Amino acid sequence: MSVLVYIDTLSGSVSKAAMEAAYYGSKIGSTTVVTNGEISSAELEKLGNCGAEKVLVDRSITTNDAGQVSKLITTTAEKTGANTIVTPLDLTGRAVAPRVSAKLKAGLASGVTALPESDGKVKVNVFSGKAFGFVKFNTDKKVIALTPNSLQIEKTGNTAAVEEFSAGVGESTVKVKEVRKQEGDVLLPEAEIVVSAGRGLKGPENWGMVEELAKVLGAATACSRPVADIGWRPHHEHVGQTGLAIRPNLYIAAGISGAIQHLAGVNGSKVIVVINTDPEAPFFKAADYGVVGDAFEVLPKLKEEIEKFKAQN
Amino acid sequence: MKFLVCISKAPDTTTKIEFTDNNTKFKEAGVQYIVNPYDEWYALVRALELKESLGGSVTTITVGPAEDESIIRKALAIGADNAVRVNAEAKDAYFTAFQIAEYAKKGGFDVILTGKETINYNGSQVGGMIAELLDQPFVSLATKLEINGDTATVDSEITGGVEVLEVKTPFVLSAAKGMAEQRIPNMRGIMAARTKPLEIVEAAPCDDLVTFESYTLPEEKTECKYIDPENMAELVNLLHNEAKVI
Ligand SMILES: Cc1cc2nc3c(=O)[nH]c(=O)nc-3n(C[C@H](O)[C@H](O)[C@H](O)COP(=O)(O)OP(=O)(O)OC[C@H]3O[C@@H](n4cnc5c(N)ncnc54)[C@H](O)[C@@H]3O)c2cc1C
Ligand SMILES: Nc1ncnc2c1ncn2[C@@H]1O[C@H](COP(=O)(O)O)[C@@H](O)[C@H]1O
Repeated sequence: MSVLVYIDTLSGSVSKAAMEAAYYGSKIGSTTVVTNGEISSAELEKLGNCGAEKVLVDRSITTNDAGQVSKLITTTAEKTGANTIVTPLDLTGRAVAPRVSAKLKAGLASGVTALPESDGKVKVNVFSGKAFGFVKFNTDKKVIALTPNSLQIEKTGNTAAVEEFSAGVGESTVKVKEVRKQEGDVLLPEAEIVVSAGRGLKGPENWGMVEELAKVLGAATACSRPVADIGWRPHHEHVGQTGLAIRPNLYIAAGISGAIQHLAGVNGSKVIVVINTDPEAPFFKAADYGVVGDAFEVLPKLKEEIEKFKAQN
Repeated sequence: MKFLVCISKAPDTTTKIEFTDNNTKFKEAGVQYIVNPYDEWYALVRALELKESLGGSVTTITVGPAEDESIIRKALAIGADNAVRVNAEAKDAYFTAFQIAEYAKKGGFDVILTGKETINYNGSQVGGMIAELLDQPFVSLATKLEINGDTATVDSEITGGVEVLEVKTPFVLSAAKGMAEQRIPNMRGIMAARTKPLEIVEAAPCDDLVTFESYTLPEEKTECKYIDPENMAELVNLLHNEAKVI
């Protein structure tokens, strides 16, 4: 079977979510990756390591406008004969996957968390991570939008052949006026470790200890909804049912009570550490490791121990 | 400016999720439904704000059975002018988008707004599909929307930042946090909602492209292991040797 994987590489590099999508594709068929923009061929060749055989890049398309990109995908799928299309459910994937689905009248499974079952059904996140559904496709053509951090990639050691081409998608109907990048930080949706804090931290001036712990762990920072609502932290850090749903390997939550809406966004995490002064805090029920204690003391101590550990390893 | 806002229902966020009929159906018994938060807080309120400053109208559309009328009335109470209900179970995202697109083709709407996602199926699918079916631009995950004449300026979330886009009407947009502040309906709004027009249209024939066959719940967590707050070395040790995450 021939699979086409679309990834957004406008940042100039291949994201972890993109590698996972390429790997997913390679597990179900022979995989071509299609992308656009100015990314170097050397960077794209590395997709071979995740199982992609070939990478097609259209350098004339310089934005991720869903209209243009969905045309790029459908023309390429026609060319390669792919009937399964995979894309990461990152921010571009969210916009592009449904357009491609509607264009091809191909069933879309969004929020996929595992490789297809033997009968072709796929497992997806539903109810904001509170449950999973099994989706059956009623169409021959399929679109799969993969939840980031759902799979462990096995490296192949191969390089992919990179080919430039032009899909001839025409002008974009959306004009990009400005791009504002969030500098430096580890991106929350992709982070393997996340340090998160809530109202228990009392005020924005106390986030230094959260950021410092995150820094020594190479982690991203996150927060509960009220903290973003009062403006202590930026909105893009808000995780939960009405914020970002994340599934890092390690989620450390300090001063967060663990309301059901918060848990919905984080219970896909592999390991959860909860730090809370209240032994009755509901979050402990969802935790793997619990520390009943004051975040103001525990966070700096934990940072110190991590530093010691890092120095030795 | 004519706005069409897609409103769906969602189980209240405190709902305990359970399934019946051999895990093939969501257990509806006792579930309280709300307007999907993204649709209500962001898409609807921003459309109302723009209508208030630019003039025009805000119509809501919902694909769903008669029971959905309570959430439709809530949207009217918040300030929408009129509502449409497509009388059919929203079988899948494509079916839903198809119905909305069919209605929109007749309406001459300048902007169609959806929420970022429904909190039950979380597909982020319907908006992009409507845009494709209408051959209109789609701006996903908008956190800010301004309109000047036939040109809209939109902030849209991208991986690791924000993009400021310019797009001409008509277009479709999905609304994320930041677009607007939640509005609580007042008594006058609630009274007025009772008599606002609610048009019911029958569904156009359309296949569903996918079927949810069954559901499962996440595995229960094992007991939480407690660590002495004075002994963070032990936590680091467990995270490294037992959990193997650092
Ligand atoms: C429709 C709806 C959607 C929602 N969506 C979300 C969502 O997406 N994400 C989300 O997070 N919330 C969401 N909420 C809000 C949610 O219900 C909770 O109110 C919120 O998660 C609580 O945030 P918190 O844990 O930071 O604050 P609190 O509940 O106030 O908890 C603070 C915690 O800090 C602890 N604490 C205090 N001092 C210390 C200290 N010194 N050291 C350690 N611990 C301390 C306290 O014991 C307490 O457990 C939503 C609510 C609704 C109604
Ligand atoms: N049954 C429905 N009726 C009207 N609008 C809907 C319906 N389902 C979803 N939508 C809209 O589409 C958005 C995205 O939904 P989803 O694709 O399910 O994540 C929602 O936020 C709503 O604005």
